[in-house]
Order: sequence, then structure tokens, then C-alpha cells
Amino acid sequence: MSELQPIIQLTDIHAGYGGMNILNGVEFSLNPGQIGVIVGPNGAGKSTTLKAMFGMLHCSQGSIIFDGQDITNKPPETLAELGMAFVPQENNVFQTLSVQENLEMGAYTRRDDYSHLIEQVYEIFPALREKRNQDAGELSGGQRQMVAIGRALMIEPKFILLDEPTAGLSPLFMSEVFDRIIAVNKTGVTVAMVEQNAKQALGFAHKGYVLAGGRNRFTDTGAALLADPDVAKSFLGG
Amino acid sequence: MNELVFFINKALISGLVIGSVYALGAIGVTLIFGILRFAHFAHADLMTVGAFVSYVLMALMAAAGFSAPVPLAFLAMFPAMVITALLAIWLDKTFYKPFRDRGSNPVIIVMASLGVTLMLQGLVRLFGGTRARSMYIGENKDIYRIPFPGAKRDLILTEPQLLLIIFTIIAVITLAVFLSRSRLGKAMRAVSDNPDLAQITGINTKHVVWTTWVIGGTLAAAAGTMLSLDVVLKPDLSFGLLLPIFAAVIVGGIGQPYGAIAGGMLIGFSETFAVFNWAVLLRPFRDSFPDWFELPTKIAFVPTEYKLAVPFFILILVLIYRPTGIFKGKVM
Repeated sequence: MSELQPIIQLTDIHAGYGGMNILNGVEFSLNPGQIGVIVGPNGAGKSTTLKAMFGMLHCSQGSIIFDGQDITNKPPETLAELGMAFVPQENNVFQTLSVQENLEMGAYTRRDDYSHLIEQVYEIFPALREKRNQDAGELSGGQRQMVAIGRALMIEPKFILLDEPTAGLSPLFMSEVFDRIIAVNKTGVTVAMVEQNAKQALGFAHKGYVLAGGRNRFTDTGAALLADPDVAKSFLGG
Repeated sequence: MNELVFFINKALISGLVIGSVYALGAIGVTLIFGILRFAHFAHADLMTVGAFVSYVLMALMAAAGFSAPVPLAFLAMFPAMVITALLAIWLDKTFYKPFRDRGSNPVIIVMASLGVTLMLQGLVRLFGGTRARSMYIGENKDIYRIPFPGAKRDLILTEPQLLLIIFTIIAVITLAVFLSRSRLGKAMRAVSDNPDLAQITGINTKHVVWTTWVIGGTLAAAAGTMLSLDVVLKPDLSFGLLLPIFAAVIVGGIGQPYGAIAGGMLIGFSETFAVFNWAVLLRPFRDSFPDWFELPTKIAFVPTEYKLAVPFFILILVLIYRPTGIFKGKVM
């Protein structure tokens, strides 16, 4: 990992909604194949950082480089074409479409045969195969999350952004979703995720970012952050 | 038996015909609402305009000495559908899209569509005059009289009615296949379901919006042309259609194309059933009634002049007891 070029690099990002800044100079970078986890208290700007990366809100200052290209304030459609996929925290499936149709929509920008990718998603998430013809709105929370991640995988992204993928899930499903995310990462996809369950997520993160007040407070490897008594005291509940 | 044939002619066939017109209009309105999130008031005027375009093309074909086994206006309808679809896309680009891009409140776009209504009606009158026209020049309207076993009366179906019913069946099947099988059709359902997610998934919203207007415009032009073929072409054709179509959309569930079809049929049949003289059906049983009961000559739920009140009434019932409509649509 010596002079490897980061696949994603945020420099001094200032952004917010309707003139109110939530991010006041956030820095973030990941090398290809890494998992980066963003943790921090409510209102720290975790989800906002992901949304800024994916062009869902206007950055008033700073730059975002993805895969060697400046993507600052590029619209989400363009980013999907470049190989970025975003899984929002809520409303992240097409409820009235079947599981299979959700995956097909994920591949909307593709013009090639993507049936092997659908097969791949069913291999990563076997529970979805038997539910393929069921409306996504009828699935359990954990299965919906799998559909949402599966949908995002259909463009064979280089980089996938997950906004609290385990929100509202029972601990059993939570570990299951984490396992699946690690499995996805093993296929070579760089992962950035915001996570409430900081301890568990930092446990497998290559890089961890602790945000507070729209700024970086601590940045290190996941393991180092977990071992840091300051981080533990203020952000991980002792 | 004669009474039954009378019932089929006056209530069932009429209901099916007007229900098909409402359904074809309502599909467009409900898709536009699902995708663009506004009530398109000018939709019935797309029907009038489409019918007028068919009329003009029919007149040109008649002048060129064309003849065909079907009414010329029916042949003219297909190019008119294309022209109306292009007009619908142009209207969207010119009058509605600028508001959407600015993130305007949907109510403003609804008002803009009201303005488009007035504009289209004015244009139709400016170029077409105010009188009613027949869609036939030098042709006769074919009327099929089908003998009904055991009855002196025949089942009566006009050629435009038959064409309308066949067209509606084909259109509905095509639409169903398109929405459930094709890439673009699924994308339309996705955008209607969750526009934000559709955007971040990379679905090309522009194509979806165009498709919506193409479907809405073509079906409106077809419905307007065939209704005019069956009755006459009037510049105020749209006035009587707008309310029943919106009632059909809401009754069926806003944003639900199958609901729009069901709603259109429900409103159509309700109208004809409400004004039908039910005394006719009771007449054969006159002898079995007790002596003190004298069968009135006319039993109808509402007089014909108040036919337009029927969709209103159904609309109010649905809004009170099932505001999401039959097919669980979006709530306005």
C-alpha cells in the first residue's frame, strides 16, 4: 500500500442543505479494495459525507476525486456510470417491484447480458433466490437490505457506499449483513459505510473515520481506533 | 327477451364503450401522476386535439380519393396518435418541465396544465370553429345488427364501437406486457414507486418521462377519435370527459394503471346503469306483482341530464370509505 493511488479522495469538503453547512472540511480517502467505516454521534455529518460523495448535495468548497477523475458536484447518474453505487438508509428498494425486477433496475445502465450478475447476487444472498418473484415491499428488513445491496452490485461497482446498512435490524441479521458486506468486499469492491454499531464495524474496517460537528476527529485503522482510549471514551460508549 | 336485448344495448354496450373511453384517458392521467406527480388537467383536451388531427387527416385522405374497409378516420387515427404524442412531449417541455426543473410546487404545474387546457380549447376553436362535425365524409357508419335468439330486437353495435372495444383490449394487453416485461416499462414502475432511488440507480428519467407522454398522448388521441367517430366531433368534447376521467383515476387508485382501467369501466357502467330505465327489465314480470303495485313507466336512479353527477357521487363515496382507491394508489 506504499504509493497506491486512492480510489476515492475527499479534500476539505464543505457542504450542507439550503445554505446551512453540515460538513466543515471533511477529509476522507480509501485505497482500492478497502473498507472505510464512518462513525460518530448523531448530527456529525456521517450520512451527509456519503451523500456529498454521491453528488446528492452541493459542495460549496473542497474537491472529490474518484478513480483519478474530479467528480465534485457531479450528478448521481454520472457517478453510477463511473462505477459508484449508493445504498440509501431508507426507501432503498422499489417496493412494488419484485426482487428480480429490483436487480434488473440496478442493471438499468447496462446494455450487455447481466444474467450472470443476478446469479452472483443470488449466490451472495441465497435467501433472495426463493423470493425472486415476490414484491420487495413484502420482505423483512434484513432481506430488503440484501435486495438494496444486490441492486447496487448490479453495475459491478468499483466503489459502493452504504448508509447504515444495519439500521433497525436485529443483532442476528446485523451480523449476517456485515458478513455479506465483507463477502462483497472480498470480490474487490471498495466499501464506504456509515454505521451506528461502531464497535462491530470498526472491527473489520481497514480505515475508520470518527466525525464530530462536521469535521474529522480521529482517523486511523479500524483496529487502532478501537484500541484508542480517547475514541472509546467519547464515541464508543466506554 | 326483448327487454334483455334492450338492456344489453342501452346499458352494457354503452357502458363498455364510454368506460373504454374513460379508461384510455385515465391510464394517461394516472401514469402522468405516478411519474411526474401532478394532475394533468389538459389531458381531455389532448383527446379533442387528437380527434381534430384525425379529422384533418381524414379529410385530406378523402380529398385524395382514398377508400378503405374501415372508416378513414380510423386509419387517420394512427398518424394522429403519433402527432398527439409529439405534441404532448412538446407541451411538457415547454410548459411543465421548466417548473419541474425549478422544483416548483406541484400545484403550480397543475395550474399550468389548466392554462394549457384553455390554450388548446382556444386553438381548436380558432382553427376548427365551434360547430359539431361528422367524422365521416362520403362514408356511412356501419351498424351491425346481430340477431339475438328468442328476441325480436337485434343487438346493435356500431363499427366505431366495435373498433373502440377491440382497440381498448389490445391497448390494455400491450400496456400490461410493456409494464411487466420491458426494460423501459419496469423503469416507469420504478420511477413511479421511488423517484429518488430511481435517480441514484442511474435510470434515465428523461426517457421515462417521454414514454409517459407518448403513452398518454397516443391513448388520448385514440379515445378522442373513436368517441367522435361514434358520436360527433365537438370542440368541447373534453368538457364532459375530464371529470369522469379524474374520478376513474382516483377510484382506481392514483398512479395505478390497472386501477385506471377498472376505474374507467366502473364509472362508465355506473353512468349508464344510473340513467337506464330499469322499469323495462321489470315489465315482463308485471303479472306476478301484487295488485296494489303499479309498475311506473320509468325507474332510473338519475335523470339523463344529471349523468355527470354519477362520477361525482362515486368519487365522494370512494374518498370517504377507501381514499386510496380500489388498487391502493397514492393519496393526494
